[in-house]
Amino acid sequence: MRRSVALTAWLFLFPALGAIGLFFVLPVCASLVLSFTDFDIYALAHSQNLRWVGLVQYRMLLAEPLFWLALRNTLVFVVFGGGLTILVALGAALAVTSGSARLQAVFRTVFFLPVVTTVVAAAVVWRAWYHPRVGLVNAFLGWLGLPRVDWLGDPNWALPAIVIFSVWKNFGFHMVIFIAALQAIPERLYEAAAMDGASRWQQFWRITLPMLQPALGFVTLITVIGSFQLFAEPYVMTQGGPANATLSLVLLMYRNGFQWWNVGHGAAVAWVLFLILVLVALVLTRIRAHRGWEFG
Amino acid sequence: MRNLASRRLWGRVVWGMVLVFVAASVGNCRGRGEVPKVLRVWAMGKEGEYLAATVHGTIVAGCRVEVQRLPWSAAHEKLLTAFVAGTLPDVIQLGSTWVPEFAAVGAIACGEVSDWRERDLFPGALDTVMIDGRMCAVPWYVDTRVLFYRRDLLERAGFQQPPRTWQEWRQAMQKVRELGAGHYGLLAPLDEWQLLVALALQVGASLLRENETRGNFQSEPFRRAFSFYVSLFRDGLAPFTGEAQVANVYQDFAAGLFTFYVTGPWNLGEFRRRLPPELQESWATALLPVPDPALPSVSVMGGASLAVVRSSAHPEAARELIAALLQPDEQVRFYRTTGDLPVLRTAWEDPGLQTDSRLTAFRLQLENARPTPKVPEWERIAGLIVQYTELVVRERLSAEAALARLDAEADRVLEKRRWLLQRTQAAE
Repeated sequence: MRRSVALTAWLFLFPALGAIGLFFVLPVCASLVLSFTDFDIYALAHSQNLRWVGLVQYRMLLAEPLFWLALRNTLVFVVFGGGLTILVALGAALAVTSGSARLQAVFRTVFFLPVVTTVVAAAVVWRAWYHPRVGLVNAFLGWLGLPRVDWLGDPNWALPAIVIFSVWKNFGFHMVIFIAALQAIPERLYEAAAMDGASRWQQFWRITLPMLQPALGFVTLITVIGSFQLFAEPYVMTQGGPANATLSLVLLMYRNGFQWWNVGHGAAVAWVLFLILVLVALVLTRIRAHRGWEFG
Repeated sequence: MRNLASRRLWGRVVWGMVLVFVAASVGNCRGRGEVPKVLRVWAMGKEGEYLAATVHGTIVAGCRVEVQRLPWSAAHEKLLTAFVAGTLPDVIQLGSTWVPEFAAVGAIACGEVSDWRERDLFPGALDTVMIDGRMCAVPWYVDTRVLFYRRDLLERAGFQQPPRTWQEWRQAMQKVRELGAGHYGLLAPLDEWQLLVALALQVGASLLRENETRGNFQSEPFRRAFSFYVSLFRDGLAPFTGEAQVANVYQDFAAGLFTFYVTGPWNLGEFRRRLPPELQESWATALLPVPDPALPSVSVMGGASLAVVRSSAHPEAARELIAALLQPDEQVRFYRTTGDLPVLRTAWEDPGLQTDSRLTAFRLQLENARPTPKVPEWERIAGLIVQYTELVVRERLSAEAALARLDAEADRVLEKRRWLLQRTQAAE
């Protein structure tokens, strides 16, 4: 009886597991194998031109100045882009929930709109807004009396420009999560605090923030993982330029893998990125467990 | 009874499948006999537009031509990926530096040079498509870089003629600089390698050595070109600009921010369109200045060619289409529509090309334009040149160290090529 139940379960799971195996597990394993070879366009021409090189791709990658530049750019994006996204999302959530119910619905929709637009379409529009002469952003700066900035052309401004765009694009999603978490905080806590004479500020630090911990942990984790995979924004807006100022790890992988067909090297970039992500995720979950983030 | 019904059902299913199959095979027009054959062509940018407007839908050697346009920015990946997937069309347009790569993977049909040599192609253009002594594509149009300059500013600085040597060029830039704070000599975008490489070719540098398996950037000729190039920035004759200000290049040229700009034929049309009318008489083109007056002025050969895909089912029709596009009249028509310079010297005898004084520099420069090293790794090496030159210009690295690192990195990129050649030699 038991065995037949298990069998039935496996039978039902088979289509899903088969698809995952075929389209996910298999390619992932293949990319690991590829990263130990020097698969490139020569190998494409003839399989005899393929060599097993062991860890050489990884060693070459670590010796490559471009890799470290890409890693630096990616980390800057994770810290500033990710951090700002969370801060703006939290601020927006607080502002939206403090308003009347009708306004709340309006703003929730408006702030969520960028999330449901396609990255590529939005990036094309923003590229026009960032145009040094006729762009909207510079027109606004000029109106404020500030100097114009060559947003996507100046190596010092290109990455900040992408950070700003991605914050605009992504904060709405996290805002919705924060709104849900805020609404789950029992009103009686605030009432009790008010009775004890706590100010709004104290209420925020002592009640709102601790109660938001689980949501904050979740949002941080997905933001960090998402930010490490920065690709579409620089691909559409700058192609990694100027002077590689917006070259991200995934873009480096794409260049190696698809532009130059250095598939072995590209796969090595992918696995290094994967290892970094595993490490970061472990650290984040450790912090979470350590702090005992389940409050409610 | 039930049996009969199910048999009928099966009959319908089978007939349905047959109909779908027939419809599908008519749809892709690849069948035999009465079904028309299709010659598929992939081309990029305005050349793609041109083909779509002219040959699309026409019949060539019994095949209906179908043109698919690709954007330049995604074309390279698209073509390679299509090759891997086995879905390349019959004819593809290739940027001149891509030919070695597509020949190396065996995507395009290479053959003997037959009548093309007699057709008076520019020698440099023919050279770009010759891989290991075999012709792997047919050059379609050419481009090269010449000196664009502001005649009025040069006159104000005291020069009636454009500079012919590096020395004269530098003097002219210095004099222009003395005109005022808002005037630089040269615009040389830091994300481009073409000018530096053209200068290196002028002093006779070979960029790679040992059968193009190692970098040769520490060689004496390359050093000479490199130090001249870097000194233009160090002496304040050229501003530090990347892709950045290129968005404003026409405005800046009109404002007199720079007097010289080394660029290609696509800017002839752009300058005519974008510079204000009162400046239209004030800009001209000239040959790139040379290091030594005895030497001819050399530049980098660019452009694009058309190649027959090796897996094509209609190679004859493909060759016929390419031959039709390489008639002198057709090349002139192509030039008038797109501004792409003809690869055939006879086409240049057309009055329209003869009377344009700004084209004369191109016509002369093309005679001595040479291809960049014909290895698939060239684009990556060119990227390294840009990267290290920028570090030296911004004084983050000495020229000595940069050239050594450039050689080391080029050697690393070319490692596979060395291994392949060694293996072939060992086999022989």
